[in-house]
Amino acid sequence: MLFRYLFFILIIFLPIKTFALIEVDITRGNLSPLPIAVSPLSIDKKSKESFNEILKNEKDIGAEISMIVENNLKQSGLFNPLNKNAFLQKPDIAHLKPRFEDWALIKAQALITGKVTFINEKLRVEFRLWDVLAAKEMMALAFTTVPNNWRRVGHIITDKVYERLTGEKGYFDTRIIYVAEEGKKTNRIKKLAIMDQDGFNTKYLTLGNELVLTPRFNPTNQMVTYLSYFRNLPRVYLLDIETGIQEVVGDFPGMTFAPRFSPDGKKIIMSFAMDGNSDIYTMDLENRIVERITNHPSIDTSPSYSPNSKYICFNSDRSGYQQIYVMRSDGSNVKRISFGKGLYGTPVWSPRGDLIAFTKLHKGKFYIGVMRTDGSGERLLTENFYQEAPSWSPNGRVLIFYRETKTDEKGEGFSAKLWSIDLTGYNERLVETETDASDPSWSSLLSN
Amino acid sequence: MDLGKIFKNTFLVIVACIALSACATQKKVDSTGQMQGDVYTGTDTVKYLASGVPDRVFFATNESVLTTKSRDTLRKQAAWMRKNSELTFVIEGHADERGTREYNLALGERRANAAKDYLMTYGVAGNRLQVISYGKERPVDSGSNPLSWSKNRRSVTVKAN
Repeated sequence: MLFRYLFFILIIFLPIKTFALIEVDITRGNLSPLPIAVSPLSIDKKSKESFNEILKNEKDIGAEISMIVENNLKQSGLFNPLNKNAFLQKPDIAHLKPRFEDWALIKAQALITGKVTFINEKLRVEFRLWDVLAAKEMMALAFTTVPNNWRRVGHIITDKVYERLTGEKGYFDTRIIYVAEEGKKTNRIKKLAIMDQDGFNTKYLTLGNELVLTPRFNPTNQMVTYLSYFRNLPRVYLLDIETGIQEVVGDFPGMTFAPRFSPDGKKIIMSFAMDGNSDIYTMDLENRIVERITNHPSIDTSPSYSPNSKYICFNSDRSGYQQIYVMRSDGSNVKRISFGKGLYGTPVWSPRGDLIAFTKLHKGKFYIGVMRTDGSGERLLTENFYQEAPSWSPNGRVLIFYRETKTDEKGEGFSAKLWSIDLTGYNERLVETETDASDPSWSSLLSN
Repeated sequence: MDLGKIFKNTFLVIVACIALSACATQKKVDSTGQMQGDVYTGTDTVKYLASGVPDRVFFATNESVLTTKSRDTLRKQAAWMRKNSELTFVIEGHADERGTREYNLALGERRANAAKDYLMTYGVAGNRLQVISYGKERPVDSGSNPLSWSKNRRSVTVKAN
């Protein structure tokens, strides 16, 4: 009673603070991540036994899903998930009606609760997001799926929470396609691999018999385009990752490489090399019409469309060295946009449209950076011995790229790994993979 | 017979030992530099298409221009190719690891074509010469230093049949 009274006073005297629901600003480097409590999702005994039987494990699926959410939030760098040992309230009761003062006591500002049940052979999950200080429910959602999808449930919950708290779409229910690498540096075995954004569910899509490079997702579905040296003919291929069916893109009398999809997924843009000259071409996947976009004796490669398809950024050495250019998508109006010191490569247009990410080589160091689409506002995010090939998260907030190590005097100690960094330049992280890895490409959101 | 085999094996082992130690000493010489500008001019990675005919030429960073030594090597290759007209070849273009993957694929293609064009001007039919670029994917030297990189910036002529 006394508490309620106090609370009432608080509301009266601090109306702005209490009524303003939590917001997380993701445009700045977040040095004080939001403290959030992710309560294990509650599950009844019967449901738990059913899941254990279906998934053939002994895990508590409610706790496991909450771990996925917690890990995702932590990796984003914007949230600080609190230690579960400090939680005072039981998951099932917290989900019905949290005792906000208990959660405020451990300094939680937001709370996620939920419940898992097994209904009609399906996994049903409901969850709620609470504003602890305002003592309010911010969101409540429920969904049903097949039990094997349980990891995705964790990612979808994270996306919803992220969107509610930051005002922008998440990037957690996504996958990364990359090149898995093994063996000696002088003769690497490379396979296409795909995994969930958090490193789980790795699958290998090719056997490693031929060299494969630069896989990229279709932004509208789960198709992939990549370069394969099948039969020693380096060509751009198209791969349906659901069916495993693959085909050569076009009928070119020489190497095709550096493929990417157009934003609507209907075209592939790539380089075609002939007689020592590489130019940019597109092929329409429906009518198979091939168009030449650039016609210049220099190397033109690494093309990437703007999200509205009106422009293409690419890499050319027409000025003598590798620089970044932008042109209209018909190839007209070519303009150089990179003028800083050093060489610039691998331009990729942000899905938000406002920035181009790139690799820069200057004085023996490699940088991942971003610039505006007119070349202004260049910002270098990370410096290393060797790193390149940034790929954007679907919300345009995070970049994933790969980094290779310097070998020692004996030429030993080579490795290649995936890394991610926020657009802010903060939150640089190693992305764990089963093997060495390179050439990552981020999928769009799998749901919605 | 058995004795002969053992003999042969021992012989091979000895040869291998000599070869290895030769390599080791050679490497030491290399580390003091066998480069002119940043073009590799040494011989330890060079294999031979035939006696007296080296199989590869080297390039400066980001370049596909043939040096005087490269042109000399390619003229030897062309002369030998003309004498062995039944043979066809693949010219492999390579780049060092100090560039972006996609640009290096294009650069390797450009280098291999520079070699191919030169062979053609010395009388080798273009249809006997295929070109493939490996970019930075197949270094011969795994080192991360200027000398190793100079060995990897190369175009290699390989017999295809």
